Amino acid sequence: MLLLDTWTYLIGHPNQFWKALGVHMALSASALLLAAVVSIPAGIAVARRNHLALGLVNLANVARTLPSLAVLALVMPLLGTGFVPSLFALTLIALPPIITHTIAALRGVDADVVDAALGMGMTRTALLWKIELPMALPTVFAGLRTAAVQVISGAVLASFIGGGGLGDFITAGIAMMAVPQLLLGAIPVTLLALATDFLFGVLQRRMTPIGLRSA
Amino acid sequence: MNWFLRHWTDVAVALWEHMAISITALAIAFALSLVIGIVAARRMRLYAVVMTLSGFLYTIPTLAFLAFLIPVVGLGRTNATITMVAFSLMILIRGVATGIREVPADTIDAARGMGMDAGQILRLIELPLALPLIVAALRVSGVTVISVSVVAAYVNAGGLGTLIFSGIATDHAAKIWAGALTVCGLAVVVDLLLAWTERRLRAGQAA
Repeated sequence: MLLLDTWTYLIGHPNQFWKALGVHMALSASALLLAAVVSIPAGIAVARRNHLALGLVNLANVARTLPSLAVLALVMPLLGTGFVPSLFALTLIALPPIITHTIAALRGVDADVVDAALGMGMTRTALLWKIELPMALPTVFAGLRTAAVQVISGAVLASFIGGGGLGDFITAGIAMMAVPQLLLGAIPVTLLALATDFLFGVLQRRMTPIGLRSA
Repeated sequence: MNWFLRHWTDVAVALWEHMAISITALAIAFALSLVIGIVAARRMRLYAVVMTLSGFLYTIPTLAFLAFLIPVVGLGRTNATITMVAFSLMILIRGVATGIREVPADTIDAARGMGMDAGQILRLIELPLALPLIVAALRVSGVTVISVSVVAAYVNAGGLGTLIFSGIATDHAAKIWAGALTVCGLAVVVDLLLAWTERRLRAGQAA
C-alpha cells in the first residue's frame, strides 16, 4: 500500500526525482574520484617511508571516527551551503579509508617478492607498476568500496547543507510526515548503496591477479 | 566562543544525552551479538547468512534507515535505538565469532581433557581469549553508534545532533561548532580509550 503510494508520488514528480538522483550520483561519484586521485598517489608516495606512513595512517584513523554529519556541518560555517561545500565535505569523508587501504596494501606486498623482482633487474618504476600495484589492487579496491558506501550514505546528509540529492525527499518527507515522499528518497538511496557495495565487491575480485586468487 | 561560554550547560546536557542513548544502544546490540556470535561461531553456513543479513543492514544509509522506521515506530528514541543497534550488529557479531573461532583447537582439547564441559569451555576459555577481538569490535561499533546518533537527532532522539540541526536551521555558526566539535571529540576519545584497553588486554594475554 505504501509502496503503491510511493509509486504514485514518483509518477507525479518525475523531474524532481530524476534530478535528485542525478545530483546524488554526481555528488558521490565526484567526491570518490577526487578522494581517490588525492589518496592513492599519496599512499604510494609514503608507503615505504615508515614514519610518514605510520603518521598518516594514525591521522586517517582518527579522521575516520569523525561523524559524517559533523564534518558536513563544520564545512557549512566555512564554505556556506550548496553543491561545492557538500562535495568538499564528502571528499574529506572518503579520504581516510582509501589512504589507509592503499598504504596497508603496498606494505603488505611480500618482501621476498620485491627482492626477487629487484634481483631480476627490475627498476623501481617497473617494480611499482608490474609487481606492487597489481598485488595491492584488491585491497585498494576494498578501500574504494568502503569509501563509496560512506559517501553515498553521507550524500543523503548533504541535503541538510543544501547539497541536494535524494536526502531532500527524506528530509521533506519527515518534515511534513509524508511517508510516500520519504520512501521515494529512502528506497532508491538504499538500492544505490547496496548496488555500489555489490559492484565494488565484484570489481575487487576481478582486480585480483589470477595467480593470487584463492578459489 | 562567547556563545559556548554562556551555554556550556546546554552542551553538557546534550553530551550526556548523547552518551546515554549511545550506551543504551550499544548494550542492547552487544547482548544480541554475544548470543548470535556464540551460536554462529562454529556453524559456517549460519555465520555466512548472519553476516550477509547484518552486512545488508550496515550498508543502508543512516538517514534512510531512520526514515524506513518512521511508518513503523514513528519519531523518537525507539526509532533511533533500533537504527543504532542495526548498525552495530555486523561488527559486533563478527568480532565475537572470529574471537571464538581463533582460539586454538589444542587449547580447547586440553580444556576438554581436563574435564571441562562446553559451558565451562565457553566461559573460562573461549570468551576470555576472544576478549581483545571483542573489545576491538566494541571500539568500531562504539564510534559507529556515536556517528549514527548525530543523525538520529533529526528524528527527535536528542543529543549533540540537536545542537547541529538547530545551528543549521538558524544559521548559528557557534551552535554548529559546539555540537560538531564536541561529538568529534567524543568519537575520538571513545576510539582511543578502547584502543588502549585492547592493547592492554593483548599485552596481558601475551605475558
